[in-house]
Amino acid sequence: MTLVGVASTGSSALIRTRLSGWSLTAIAVGTVAVTVVLFAATPMQGRVAFLLFAAALYVVAQTTVSALVEGRRRATDRLVTSIVVACSCAAVLPLVAVLGFTIAKGTAVLSGSFLTHTMRGVAEQDANGGIYQAIIGTLEQVGLATLMAVPFGLLVAIYLVEYSSGRFGRFVSFFVDVMTGLPSIVAGLFIFALWILALGQSFSGFAGSMALTVLMLPTVVRSAEEMLKIVPDSLREGSYALGIQKWVTVVRIVLPSALAGIVTGVMLAIARVTGETAPLLVTVFGNPALNFNPFSGAQASLPLFVFGEAGLPNETAINRAWAAALVLILIVLILNVVARVLARLASVRS
Amino acid sequence: MAKNVQMKDVDIYYGKFHAVQGVNLSVPPRAVTAFIGPSGCGKSTVLRTINRMHEVIPGARVEGRVELDGEDIYRSGVDPVEVRRAVGMVFQRPNPFPTMSIRDNVVAGLKLQRVNNKAQLNEVAERSLRGANLWNEVKDRLGKPGGSLSGGQQQRLCIARAIAVQPDVLLMDEPCSALDPISTLAIEDLIGKLKQDYTIVIVTHNMQQAARVSDRTGFFNLPAADKPGRLVELDDTEKIFSNPTEKATEDYISGRFG
Repeated sequence: MTLVGVASTGSSALIRTRLSGWSLTAIAVGTVAVTVVLFAATPMQGRVAFLLFAAALYVVAQTTVSALVEGRRRATDRLVTSIVVACSCAAVLPLVAVLGFTIAKGTAVLSGSFLTHTMRGVAEQDANGGIYQAIIGTLEQVGLATLMAVPFGLLVAIYLVEYSSGRFGRFVSFFVDVMTGLPSIVAGLFIFALWILALGQSFSGFAGSMALTVLMLPTVVRSAEEMLKIVPDSLREGSYALGIQKWVTVVRIVLPSALAGIVTGVMLAIARVTGETAPLLVTVFGNPALNFNPFSGAQASLPLFVFGEAGLPNETAINRAWAAALVLILIVLILNVVARVLARLASVRS
Repeated sequence: MAKNVQMKDVDIYYGKFHAVQGVNLSVPPRAVTAFIGPSGCGKSTVLRTINRMHEVIPGARVEGRVELDGEDIYRSGVDPVEVRRAVGMVFQRPNPFPTMSIRDNVVAGLKLQRVNNKAQLNEVAERSLRGANLWNEVKDRLGKPGGSLSGGQQQRLCIARAIAVQPDVLLMDEPCSALDPISTLAIEDLIGKLKQDYTIVIVTHNMQQAARVSDRTGFFNLPAADKPGRLVELDDTEKIFSNPTEKATEDYISGRFG
């Protein structure tokens, strides 16, 4: 077993000694051993602390040995690589933790009847009940919002890319950018003030859809705009040179070329608003029973359901909240996967 | 069907910038006229005024008359879209429509103008592809995407697309610059065949090509860096390349500049 790898006798100025894989393993084993000893001998304890301490010790040991054997440049290289890898793990950790937690807690209550029954007549402490009304509500609200936001957003994007060349276009573009940062509760309050207070309408799924449309619109416009800009001008010129009018060029040549990217952008916008809770609080209001009609009467919705149940003190309610959260994550996941599949299909065709 | 093109005192501006000045020329029908000259002298700009394509750039304007068989295409009331149906164009880089099949590409000019008769479209597609010397190579894969052909084939596809709408004049802006020598030869042979039916104007920075392919040649030049481009001399190709009148022409032909 060689601790050091390649020839160290100066046979060529180009060759430098390198630490072999064996030596790295040896360092790792040594580190863990030291940590075990330390944790046994001192008051330090806990699994997380053990892992962190061992990892930090390994980095220090590796860097030191590397500095002695391979030289400062390689040692610095290894140190920075270790730090970067550690940061990446730290970034992924919360995501994995949330997903794992939700799956663990949510599958406890998830079942066929949970998905097909509502909360009508079910008290907080009852273990029965389901989220059927919430699933229907979310699907209808997001569906209506998509129907409103996508054509509208597409037309705005087409205007910005194909038709505008002056001040008004820049004005519109600026405000679309501002709207991207609109807090979701403000969108909800806007619809509340306009639709429910001023126009005297009731809480409804449709009101929620309008708030979601306000939130989706900037994302759809921005991504459609980027995709339209990518279409090369040579295609437009080729079409104009054939004597084809501008709007026909846009609809039959530019849009189909940009379609794959636009579909992806739309699906991502949908995935984003599916989980919005705040705007639905003041527009949809929530409903324990089933309401198929999004245009009249309060409806339920998955994020609202999670919010409501999670605030209750009973364990039955909290379990339901976890299961609903899991269903919500699954819906968003499916939407993302569908987006990628659609994009792949659209680009293969062309 | 092939018309002649006349330009009378044409000045071209991009906003305030005077790009080309005082162009007077005549392009005979059923013949090939070549525009040659150094980079930036305005030959492509002049070409694009014949089908009003320069208007795609905001701020571009033309003063003077450009006539197709005596009819000024710049007089008020003339629709640029109609002009472009009568004057076709082939570009430097082949630009087939990527989301359409080969057949749909060829008949795009008709299909997107609401001509839907399948039999008629198929007939036009075959006629145009034969006219562009591409039929035998693609007749078995008309349904494949337009981008699946080689560079030379794509350019011939664009030519087929242009002649499918039966234009009066066919403009070609450096059609062979992006192609290899074999494809270039194929296109040049094609131009020799097409000139029997169309008026062809070709811009090229390859003088040998102009000498091989054209009947008449016009030499454009920039008198100085900040001056507008102008047409220096337009004459039979033979004369331009053997015994030009202007010294600038002779300098350019013999490679002293450009």
